[in-house]
Amino acid sequence: MSDTRTTGFPGVEQTVLGADEIIINMGPQHPSTHGVLRVKLRLDGERIVDSECVIGYLHRGVEKIAEHRSYQQFAPYVDRMDYVAAVSNGLGYCEAVEKLLGTEAPMRAKVVRTILTELQRISSHLLWLGTHAIDIGALTPLFYCLREREEILKIFEKYCGARLTTHAFRIGGLQYDTYDGFEAETKRFCLDFSHRVDEYEALLTENRIWIARTKGIGVLSAADAIDMGATGPVLRGSGVKWDIRKAMPYAAYDRYEFEIPIGQNGDTYDRYIVRMQEMRQSNRICLQAIEDIPAGPIMGKVGKVLKPPVGEVYHSIEAPKGELGYYIVSDGTTQPYRVRIRPPSFINLEALDKMIKGHLVADVVAIIGTLDIVLGEVDR
Amino acid sequence: MSALLEFLKTYMWPLIFAVVIVAVLPLLAGYVVLMERKIMADMQARLGPMRVGPHGLLQPIADALKLLIKEDIIPENADKVVFWFAPVISVTAAMLAYSALAIGPFFQIAELNIGLLFIVAVSSMGIFGIILGGWASNSHYSLLGALRSTAQMISYETAAGLALVGGVLLAGSLSTREIVQAQHGGTWYVFVAPIGFFLYLVASIAETNRAPFDLPEAESELVAGYMTEYSGFRWAVYFLAEYANMIVVASIATTLFLGGWLRPFQGTPWMDFLDFFPPLCFLAVAGYCFYRTPKQPEPIQSMVMALFGGLCLLLAAAMALPFVPAFAASKPGLHGAFWFLLKVSLYIYSFMWIRFTFPRFRFDQLMKLGWYFMIPLSIVNVLGLGVYRVLRQLQWSRWPAFVLTTGGTLLVAIWLVWNAQKKAAAPSSVGDMTEAEG
Amino acid sequence: MVNDPSEKKPPAPAETPSEKPAGASAEKPAAAPPKPAAPAAPKPPAVPPPPKEGPVPLDNDLVKRFKARFGDNIREAWTDRKQAILVVDRESLAEISEYSRDDEGFDYLVDLTAVDWPKREKRFDVVLNLYSFKKNERLRLKVFLGEGENCPSVTGVWSTANWLERECFDMFGIVFEGHPKLTRILLPDEWQGHPLRKDYDILTQDTAWVRENLGIESGQ
Repeated sequence: MSDTRTTGFPGVEQTVLGADEIIINMGPQHPSTHGVLRVKLRLDGERIVDSECVIGYLHRGVEKIAEHRSYQQFAPYVDRMDYVAAVSNGLGYCEAVEKLLGTEAPMRAKVVRTILTELQRISSHLLWLGTHAIDIGALTPLFYCLREREEILKIFEKYCGARLTTHAFRIGGLQYDTYDGFEAETKRFCLDFSHRVDEYEALLTENRIWIARTKGIGVLSAADAIDMGATGPVLRGSGVKWDIRKAMPYAAYDRYEFEIPIGQNGDTYDRYIVRMQEMRQSNRICLQAIEDIPAGPIMGKVGKVLKPPVGEVYHSIEAPKGELGYYIVSDGTTQPYRVRIRPPSFINLEALDKMIKGHLVADVVAIIGTLDIVLGEVDR
Repeated sequence: MSALLEFLKTYMWPLIFAVVIVAVLPLLAGYVVLMERKIMADMQARLGPMRVGPHGLLQPIADALKLLIKEDIIPENADKVVFWFAPVISVTAAMLAYSALAIGPFFQIAELNIGLLFIVAVSSMGIFGIILGGWASNSHYSLLGALRSTAQMISYETAAGLALVGGVLLAGSLSTREIVQAQHGGTWYVFVAPIGFFLYLVASIAETNRAPFDLPEAESELVAGYMTEYSGFRWAVYFLAEYANMIVVASIATTLFLGGWLRPFQGTPWMDFLDFFPPLCFLAVAGYCFYRTPKQPEPIQSMVMALFGGLCLLLAAAMALPFVPAFAASKPGLHGAFWFLLKVSLYIYSFMWIRFTFPRFRFDQLMKLGWYFMIPLSIVNVLGLGVYRVLRQLQWSRWPAFVLTTGGTLLVAIWLVWNAQKKAAAPSSVGDMTEAEG
Repeated sequence: MVNDPSEKKPPAPAETPSEKPAGASAEKPAAAPPKPAAPAAPKPPAVPPPPKEGPVPLDNDLVKRFKARFGDNIREAWTDRKQAILVVDRESLAEISEYSRDDEGFDYLVDLTAVDWPKREKRFDVVLNLYSFKKNERLRLKVFLGEGENCPSVTGVWSTANWLERECFDMFGIVFEGHPKLTRILLPDEWQGHPLRKDYDILTQDTAWVRENLGIESGQ
């Protein structure tokens, strides 16, 4: 092999040893692609020369299904997109339809929604932390994370009977009022949880190997992040202080105080710190909300048959992964004419190719982990 | 006929020991896996295997059976002969290393005057099994795993070897038995050469491909590295080789740094009550087993529990045997084996502890650690220990000599770390790869 | 670069919808005009749209600036549920996108999708959801496309559009001119048809693909 051979990729003049490249198929069956993501990697030694994501293995045509269901019937389907944050999906959908109908949920419902959504954010981030750590080789945090997540799932289970795909909210409010002891249990969890976050941070934040594996890896500048449409912790890790909960408050977020943690360098370590801080902030919101849940009805005035007036609406919420938007077009019938879901994972994943270029194979799993994707949502 | 008798007379014990090693080692490796899973479970707030036998005691046997009857898949385009042969090389190398190890003053297959050299040489042959297996699989993951393994082994073999040289320098012999005997009455070499011990600990983790240096089989990156395409029995053989290697490096460290089969405080008469520790230890385990026996959910589990308790009782009796005056001669052999295995277990425990605490290194970081830190430091360590020996021969007392040499080596270590940090602050980690690869 | 819209605007009280359309404080409508985007949709007379919710023509500063710059290329402008919508000409989409990003500050393409209205003359709406970090405002651009008409790609303006346009092509068969690699993204490359078109019945799958690749009869 001659040393002057070019690789055919812009910016990469030649491979280090002038040797052939290896093409590796990472996934769809691979321990750390978080589901059925497939990444085609072109390697020079272990360095990524070029990559391409292949997705769609979990495509179920959710948007098409929506056109054949009534508004209420479609609500459980959205839980199956980002199945580790089903409550957040449900909140986005219910609020979007409510906006389309021109109605709003009563205050009590909004506060309970906020509490459950924030708990879901914590549980989603916990699962992210555990899998991210295990991708980088730290086996133990996963089990601590699952232990706390279990407590949250128990609260969900007591509230609505389901743990994962909860279908917790209804269009117009809630079906179930809080159970006896909901406040006490949630409060106990929240008070306990801040110490637990300290535990995880003790294992990782100052760990030299962890820092070496995450600092400077997968850097996404603020301008790039905006250009790539990245949202959520990925955007905030790059230093853009933007959170829909603050920018365009929905549910009951304007009642509570919380900070938007941001990073500086936009690397994997910053995104890690941002998510850890977000868990603390979510905890803070929960603690404030649980203190006074207003009395009152839990269901607004919506009919049994929903016929939203002709028109369209776009509504988005800050899901654990980023901006989760619903664009719903109504033709005045009981079934939505078109439901478009703006999936945060899908659009964040788009940045992967850019982020892994020039890194090593080991960094690919770190970067996939830091994007916090759920393939159910990427493929829908 | 008489020739055969003569042969047996000379080689009976080595033959018996060899058979014991070959028969017991896989079992031992299986139980090391069980212990690892139990310890991991304990550190991760869960129970670990609990189903097969009481507290999962029969899990290794179930695992072994499962692996034996599993379908043996050879990939279509694999080099079949090499694919078949590679795991055998690995496990042979690992087992051969035991031939020169002394588990107690009595229990040793062959007393070689170059024992340590032989062990290091033979166990490093295991790398051939990994390279050939990775190459023969005809899979990119396996190939990358094998390449990583090669680079890693070569880098860390050097550091480990130099760390061992320190111990050899102190003992003045390569024979495992003589190294241990040199520590008799004096201090274990871990207290004379702590930096050497630390270097060997790190290097031996890397050499056995354990986390945080388990890059050749990093499951989140390379699926299973060189073992990706292996299944069933062949996979089990690789696994056996890995755990056997772990026991080998732990045995080397025990021999060289932890006083081998010697009891702690061997030379101190008032500490002799420690001789009662081995039988009492087994007695306690047996007592716990019998205490738990009626509490097992299934009668069969109670039975296994009682059996295990009986086994411990038997071992306790064996350990108590030297207290009977008639069998007093068996004491070094029996108790020696106990202390040796205990030290080996503690060493392996530290492996596991490290594995469950730390994230994994990246390949270039591993290489940098090896070449920029471990190897320079181990060279300085050898020099320091040489100086120590000279000072001792010049009739210096132990402490000033120790503080001088170890302190000096420590200063070099700090300088190396400081230097590396200064370097890391400037360029990006990606740009440095060329250097590390070259 | 640090943008912080939240500090510029205190959160609105929860009782009022917090999302402000692009300068929607403009005027109060007398009656809702028929929705231009959906002439084909059956409009049940039994449910008259409440005046608050229907589409309302919009003529605020933002629209004026757009119209001053692009004239007739801005076809229509209205708000729906207080969300601003601009219908723009197909040919000038790329230009208008660039203007929106550079001069109006809509630097974040939230979403790009399409809606199929098979009975309408121009069959497809291509919908671009924009957001401005500086102004904390959303804006929706729409392009009407007839069957067989191509849409100019906006990948040069927002990189996000790459996958979104691929998905749009995959689901609707809309071709984006100038896209670097317009292939299917969620469905297999050999798939026939575009599922989110209204004439692609949910009971009709690509049976040929299913039979060939999965070895089963599609069970729908």
